[in-house]
Amino acid sequence: MDLLEYQGKQLFAKHGIAVPSGEVAKTVDDAVAAAEKIGYPCAIKAQVLIGGRGKAGGIKIARNAEEAREHAGAILGMDIVGPHGEGPFRVDQVWVEGGSDIAEEYYASVILDRGEKKLLTMVSAKGGMDIEAVAAEDPEALVKRHVDPTREFTAADARSIVADAGLAEDALDEAAEVLVKLAEVAREEDATLIEVNPLIATAGREVVALDSKVTIDGNALFRHQDLAEIADTVDDPQEQMAKEKGLTYVKLDGNVGILANGAGLCMSTLDVVAQAGGAPANFLDAGGGSKAEAIVNALEVIKSDAKVSAILFNIFGGITRCDEIANGIVTASQQIDLGMPLVVRLDGTNSEEGLRILAEANLPNLHQEKTMLDAARRVVELAGSVA
Amino acid sequence: MSIVVDEGTKLAVSGLTGREGSFHGLRNKAYGTDLVAGVTPGKGGQDVEGTPVFDTIAEAVTEAGANTSMIFVPARFAAAAIDEAIDSGVETVIAITEGIPVLDMLNTYWKAKEAGVRLIGPNCPGVLSPGKANVGIIPAQFFDPGPIGVVSKSGTLTYQIGNELKQAGTGNSSIVGIGGDPIVGSDFIDILELYEADPETELIVMVGEIGGDAEERAAEFIASEVSKPVVAYIAGFTAPPGKQMGHAGAIISGSSGTAQAKKDALEAKGVRVGESPTETAAIAAEMLRSL
Repeated sequence: MDLLEYQGKQLFAKHGIAVPSGEVAKTVDDAVAAAEKIGYPCAIKAQVLIGGRGKAGGIKIARNAEEAREHAGAILGMDIVGPHGEGPFRVDQVWVEGGSDIAEEYYASVILDRGEKKLLTMVSAKGGMDIEAVAAEDPEALVKRHVDPTREFTAADARSIVADAGLAEDALDEAAEVLVKLAEVAREEDATLIEVNPLIATAGREVVALDSKVTIDGNALFRHQDLAEIADTVDDPQEQMAKEKGLTYVKLDGNVGILANGAGLCMSTLDVVAQAGGAPANFLDAGGGSKAEAIVNALEVIKSDAKVSAILFNIFGGITRCDEIANGIVTASQQIDLGMPLVVRLDGTNSEEGLRILAEANLPNLHQEKTMLDAARRVVELAGSVA
Repeated sequence: MSIVVDEGTKLAVSGLTGREGSFHGLRNKAYGTDLVAGVTPGKGGQDVEGTPVFDTIAEAVTEAGANTSMIFVPARFAAAAIDEAIDSGVETVIAITEGIPVLDMLNTYWKAKEAGVRLIGPNCPGVLSPGKANVGIIPAQFFDPGPIGVVSKSGTLTYQIGNELKQAGTGNSSIVGIGGDPIVGSDFIDILELYEADPETELIVMVGEIGGDAEERAAEFIASEVSKPVVAYIAGFTAPPGKQMGHAGAIISGSSGTAQAKKDALEAKGVRVGESPTETAAIAAEMLRSL
């Protein structure tokens, strides 16, 4: 689960890391009121879960109330597309924060290194810019060091990292302290990624986190009540609906609805549909659910996306039996009017029995295919081209 | 031979008294796996259809001779159960539980390493050595004994490929589901190394998916350490680019973690990559015939 900038900063503040004071606002009037309270100059920052906000015009400095109104009006409601074409992400809230007296801009991060199975800290004196470019062009400017999993990460460890990164001599102790606290946030809040760019040193030698990117492990939310509440707010209506029904759903742009059992098979189904010339509308892992209720829930979520014009139900029965799934489909079709073709591919345990049940039910608009490839071709043909 | 589990496996199931644990534990026993014990704190002295239950895994080792532990414990208690298994004296721990916090696994991973215990999973379907033993939730009916070793991040996708291999008239030495979590006890590399040393395995099928860089690391390892042919399949070419947060992930792995990057890395080392599960099984069957 990714946190918005201001949510990440609140987490930092909880662990004693200095962040600028600010307020979140969802309307232009509230943003102006916040700016008036905070004073000028202040920054008005779009709160969306994607990088490249500055370049997209989502971060502006206001020097007076008039500018605050102008910038908040422009940013609220704008769509931001990520640097790699992600999104667009609609801005529905801004973070208004006091201006900072920036002397130097650094970069600091703590991330779970899956390959090495350790937390990794990275620090650079070249902050405030594209850190991937820094890493590529001047690798020595980015100091990377793993946290020893068998002992505590100390201020001395942190100081040697920030010193090697070439941070200003008189900011080293403060910066080391921040790095220790970032590692503490990772450990205590179950964060798998914490990135601060820029981490600034003020003229008064205070080290302040001016931005935050934080990812929290969704599996650990049971022990973080405050973060679990944030996780309950999802923007997309289909994703919200799926979440309420306990399904794993990711919305895509196409018109072919996809339902499969198991994440790997579901991803593979998307690929095969794309290879057949189609555009998947979603990823939906039905898990081991064979009950009619689970199938109805899944079909309702897929159908609520107006773009979808045909659905592929791809099941490989392992523990789950295909005859149970077929009965679930028959019952589901009595409870929900799909109004579009449903292509079903059943293979694996008891598949023959499952196919027989479906054939006997003789459901209108239901098409059976034996293999994944044939099923993909059929659903693409039935879905037609994306409008 | 085969790898990880075989006729010598003496299995203790943590969570055998639970619904899932008893269903799959007894299924494994019905397949022929030597199920020697169940473990549930506070239920020592009971039995599950004749299999004795102990309070601790250590008792299952000393009293019933268990050498392999399977973990079917709910997520928030699972890391502690794996830790207990590591300390108990078993050689192998297979963790099926899904949803364990990743930082818990970070500690547990190093604990297993230090103790020299082989950990498979978590969030994995387990290990099947056809005709010998099944530990986990893999439906054994899709797999016959044979010369192909399978290692996979995914469950259902593996069954799909196994079924196609069976239809192509071949079978498997072992099927190892390593799990798709960010931190797993055994990576592709660990299992590839076992298959390379296993005389029964003639060819290896590796099933990966987007995320992390385990496939890229495996490509390097295959090039330098694996003499047997490897066929790969990667799922997730059409997965959305994702709401990627920050850039630190791309910097450390040196890879975007995309399916295309993984395919390119494998092909650069001479590994053939199938476009679909069907094609992957067909390539494996064809390569096997020409060996």
